[in-house]
Amino acid sequence: MSVRAFNALLWGATALVLCFLVLPIVAVFLRVPPGQLVDQLSSEVVRDALSVTLKTNLIALALVLGLGTPAAYLLATRSFPGRALAITLVELPLVLPPAVAGIGLLAAFGRAGLLGDELDVLGIRIGFTQTAVVFAVAFVAGPFYIRPAIAAFEAVDTTLLGASRTLGAGPARTFARVALPLASGGLSAGAALCFARGLGEFGATIMFAGSLQGVTQTLSLAIYQEFDLNFDTALAISALLILVSGVLLLSVKLVAGWRSTSASLIPFARSS
Amino acid sequence: MALDVSLSHPLRAFELELELAVEPGVLALVGPSGAGKTSVLRAIAGLLRPERGRVSLGEDVWLDTASGVDIPPEQRRVGLVFQEYALFPHMTVRQNVAYGGRARVDELLARFRIESLADARPAGISGGERQRVALARALARDPVVLLLDEPLSALDAHTRSHVRAELRELLLELALPTLVVTHDFEDAAALADRVGVLVDGRLLQEGAASELVAAPENAFVAGFTGANVLRGTATAVAGDLTEVALDAGFTAYSTDPGEGRVALAVYPWEISIARRAPDDSAVNHVRAPIASIVALGNRARVRVGPVTAEVTARSVERLELREGDVVVASFKATGARLLPVA
Repeated sequence: MSVRAFNALLWGATALVLCFLVLPIVAVFLRVPPGQLVDQLSSEVVRDALSVTLKTNLIALALVLGLGTPAAYLLATRSFPGRALAITLVELPLVLPPAVAGIGLLAAFGRAGLLGDELDVLGIRIGFTQTAVVFAVAFVAGPFYIRPAIAAFEAVDTTLLGASRTLGAGPARTFARVALPLASGGLSAGAALCFARGLGEFGATIMFAGSLQGVTQTLSLAIYQEFDLNFDTALAISALLILVSGVLLLSVKLVAGWRSTSASLIPFARSS
Repeated sequence: MALDVSLSHPLRAFELELELAVEPGVLALVGPSGAGKTSVLRAIAGLLRPERGRVSLGEDVWLDTASGVDIPPEQRRVGLVFQEYALFPHMTVRQNVAYGGRARVDELLARFRIESLADARPAGISGGERQRVALARALARDPVVLLLDEPLSALDAHTRSHVRAELRELLLELALPTLVVTHDFEDAAALADRVGVLVDGRLLQEGAASELVAAPENAFVAGFTGANVLRGTATAVAGDLTEVALDAGFTAYSTDPGEGRVALAVYPWEISIARRAPDDSAVNHVRAPIASIVALGNRARVRVGPVTAEVTARSVERLELREGDVVVASFKATGARLLPVA
């Protein structure tokens, strides 16, 4: 094959890939005029879905950051038997089909599930409540934060952590003053990815939490419902989610550009 | 107060097995890379827990594996200066120094002449400046023991000798028990009062640098302190001399007793060079072409066959020595030491 032909092949394939990926996104905005999009967003279904989505996702993100950050630090900096297994377990939800995640959550926390009786005794019901949405989002999206967070902490030079200790700082101060700031680029990127993935959560949520308007119906679930009832509303919600995702992606790129610690977009990327 | 260290710890290829007493003043641990030098510093600082060992400063016990004492690094009042300085890249020079302790920040910035860099980040300053920041930061901690890991290796040759003199002055002034680790015998000799040669986790010899040069106990120490080390087989001959058939292909004589496999050590400054074998008291002559001539200020190192001679630059000029010239390198039997093969 000549150089010319090969180059044409490369450019042709790239153009095709870009068209295929961009066309559906453009189509959403072209189907409905902008003014009408905004009107559609003021409907009650959309407002309820938006508030459910924001509330559940922010709570899930807080849980993931609060528990995932120390867990990622431990997995990145300590060596113990079973560490590789623990990291693999963290990665598992990344490759698990969301529907399976939903069934799993039901089987664990549902009324007839593994912890069903115990939770019942305590008067706690999780399935088909807002808590279920939080669980589903945290389960599916959490690893999108934790995996890059492990990589970000692994990339922090252990000599610096040792230096901090010999300078009189205990392990907690070392974490807060040295490890956390140096990993912050990777952590922010991971948090943005996690949030973006959580906003779009569908499969696990619909199985574990259902789609009750104002309670468990998130934006993604509302799209599915409005798809049959009012296609324009479905389009409007989609346009909204595209904008939010775009902003999140852009912020990840900017953070990665600012920080010297490179923020990888690939959750599996291991930094040396 | 002296720092007493006793360590026993498996490293990748060998056991670290070491007893040290660091008195106020400077002790240098010198050895090839991978000899376990950094592990010693890490164990003293508390960053590495040895399998067995004891580290104490006077009455204060920092580590005693026998009784389960292991004080965490942040409570060990050690000033550790890391090899690449390990400055925090996200903090300014001032913040780095203040991390060790806030009380004397301004005083230390002034003392190390880094006030003008106070707001700079480590990435934006030179190697010599980084070293000063690292020292200031370590002293801000108000340490009772100072540990320096290869303090000069990250510097270029130009700044090195200057920084070395400055560092020596500082260490003298501080008068703390100080342990310096380096792979360079010259640096060790310049910085320290006493030098210990560490190879494969064991201390081969310890003493003043001049003692190590005057009486190396084995071939490794001799080679490390700069001697030519030639291996061979020794036999006693008439006249109370020892004849050594060197593996390099010639025979040399020594006044030291020896039998069987030995290492013959001769320092470069004990070797003279002539165009023809001189008729003087030297009994050992190596006739070979000059492989290289390296000028070192007013001296030159001339490589002749298996040995390196150090002669004055003036002699090189007077004899018109050039690479490739066949010359005779001579040394006396009294300058040829016989040592056990390490």
